[in-house]
Amino acid sequence: MAQYSTNDFKGGLKVLLDNDPCSIISNEFVKPGKGQAFNRVKLRNLLTGRVLEKTFKSGESVPAADVTDADMNYLYNDGENWHFMDPSSFEQISAAAAVVGDAKNWLKEQDTVVVTVWNGRPISVEPPNFVTLEVAECEPGVKGDTVSGASKNAVLETGAEVKVPLFIEQGDVLKIDTRTGKYVERVKG
Amino acid sequence: MSASIPSWQPSASLKQLQQRARIVAAIRQFFAERHVMEVDTPLLASHGVTDLHLHNFVVHPTPPGPEGPLYLQTSPEYAMKRLLAAGSGCIYQFARAFRDQELGTWHQPEFTMLEWYRIGFDHHQLMDEVMLLLQQAVGIGTENILKASYGQLWQQHLQLNPHTVTIEELQACGARHDLAISAVDDLSTTDWCELLFDRCIVPELAAMPIVCVYDYPSDQAALAALRAEGDETVAERFEVYLYGIECGNGFHELTDPGEQAQRFAKDNALRQSKGLPVREPDSYLLAALQQGMPPCAGVALGLERVLAAAWQLPGITATQAFSFI
Repeated sequence: MAQYSTNDFKGGLKVLLDNDPCSIISNEFVKPGKGQAFNRVKLRNLLTGRVLEKTFKSGESVPAADVTDADMNYLYNDGENWHFMDPSSFEQISAAAAVVGDAKNWLKEQDTVVVTVWNGRPISVEPPNFVTLEVAECEPGVKGDTVSGASKNAVLETGAEVKVPLFIEQGDVLKIDTRTGKYVERVKG
Repeated sequence: MSASIPSWQPSASLKQLQQRARIVAAIRQFFAERHVMEVDTPLLASHGVTDLHLHNFVVHPTPPGPEGPLYLQTSPEYAMKRLLAAGSGCIYQFARAFRDQELGTWHQPEFTMLEWYRIGFDHHQLMDEVMLLLQQAVGIGTENILKASYGQLWQQHLQLNPHTVTIEELQACGARHDLAISAVDDLSTTDWCELLFDRCIVPELAAMPIVCVYDYPSDQAALAALRAEGDETVAERFEVYLYGIECGNGFHELTDPGEQAQRFAKDNALRQSKGLPVREPDSYLLAALQQGMPPCAGVALGLERVLAAAWQLPGITATQAFSFI
C-alpha cells in the first residue's frame, strides 16, 4: 500500500486515518522547544464529513487513500440506489441514498456531478454549485408583487422544496444554489 | 510544489524593510552603549552539530578549495565561544543560520540569529538584558511581561512537576488535552514535555508580549550548565516567548570540556540509534573549552521571529527580503 510521509502533506492529499479516508485541509510544521519536529494537520473525514486534527512526528508515514473524484452523469434512481455513468468509460456505478445525501434534491437526468470513489466504492456525490430546475407545484403567482420580499414554498421537479418570491409560477425555471438550497433567480426560457 | 510561478518581488514591503533596518540600527546602538563588540564569524565550518534535531546543510568543495565535507552553521555558537576563549570579551553577532529539514510559517532554511555573550552574567542577568533590548531597540513589552521557571508554569497549568514526571503521567496529560498525537508510543519523555509545554502552556502565555522561562529539565539542557536543586538537577537554560511565539534560547553556558564532550557523545549515540548520520564533535570548540572559556551567559534570538511578533504578523515571510514559500 502506498505511503505518504509528512513531507508530502499538502491540501487535498487523500490519506487513511484509523481506516477512514481523509482529505488534508492544512499542514503546519512545528518544532516545540527546538526538539522533535511535528506536523500539526487538519483533515476532513470523507465518510463522516467531520473535521479533525492530528499531530504527527515529522517524517512519519501514513497510508495513501485510494480516493478519486470523477465527473459522472446522473442516470436515474430507483428510490434505494442512484445510478451514475462515467461519460468516457461508460462504466456505471450506483450509490445508496445515504451516500447521495442532499444531492438528491438537485439531480436531473444527464446532469454532471462529482462522485468521490474510495476503493471502488462511492462515498459522496457533489452536485454542481448551481442547477436550473422547473417548478412542479406552487400557489399561483401574485402579479406585480416583485418587491414585497415575502415568500412562499415551491416544489421543484426533483421533489425538493425551496422558498421562492410570490411572483413565481408553476412551470417557471429557477436557478438554485445547491450549497445553500436557496433560490437565486428565475431563468428565462 | 507551488501551483503558481513565484514572483521576483520581495516577500516584505519596502516599509517593513525600512522598519527592520531601523531596528537593526537600534540594536547596534544598544550594544555600543554597553561596549559589546560586533563580530562576524564564518557560516562554512569544518564541523556540524551533534544535536539530534538539528540538520546541517552539507557542502562539498572542489579543489583547490578546502577539504570537505564542510557544514553550513546552524548557529554561530561554536565560533563565538572560540572567540570568547581567545579573550574577545563580550560579543554579539547578526549571524545567518542554516537549518535543513525545516520549512513552515515560522521556519525558513536560512534566517538571522541575533546572538550575544556576556562574561560574568548568569542566565537571570542575561534574561533581564534581553527584555531591556526588546523594550528599547524593538519597542515591545513595556508592560505585562513575565519571568517564570519551567517548573512553576507546569505546576500552574498542568499540575505536574516536569523534573520528576513519568512518561505515563505525560501520556495521560496528553490524552486529557486531546492532543491527538499519532505515534503516541514513539515519543520520549523529552518529546512529551516539549509537546505539552508547546500545546498546553504556551497558548496561555500568548497575550503577554514577553515571557522568559528559565531552569529547564536536565534532559533539555543542550549547552547549558547544570545546577543541583535539592534532589533535582536543572539546566540553566531559558527561552524567550513573544506573544506566545518561541523567539529565543539562552544558557548560562557550560564551560567544562569533559561534560561537553560527553554530551556530544550522547547525542551521537542517539543519532546512531535513529539511523541519522553521526557528526564528528567539533574538536576546535572542545580545544577552546580546554583552554578555558570565561564563565558567561549567551542567548540567540531569531530576528525574523522577533520582528514578526513585534509587528503582529502570522509568520516570518514578511520580515525578510526574500522567503521560501
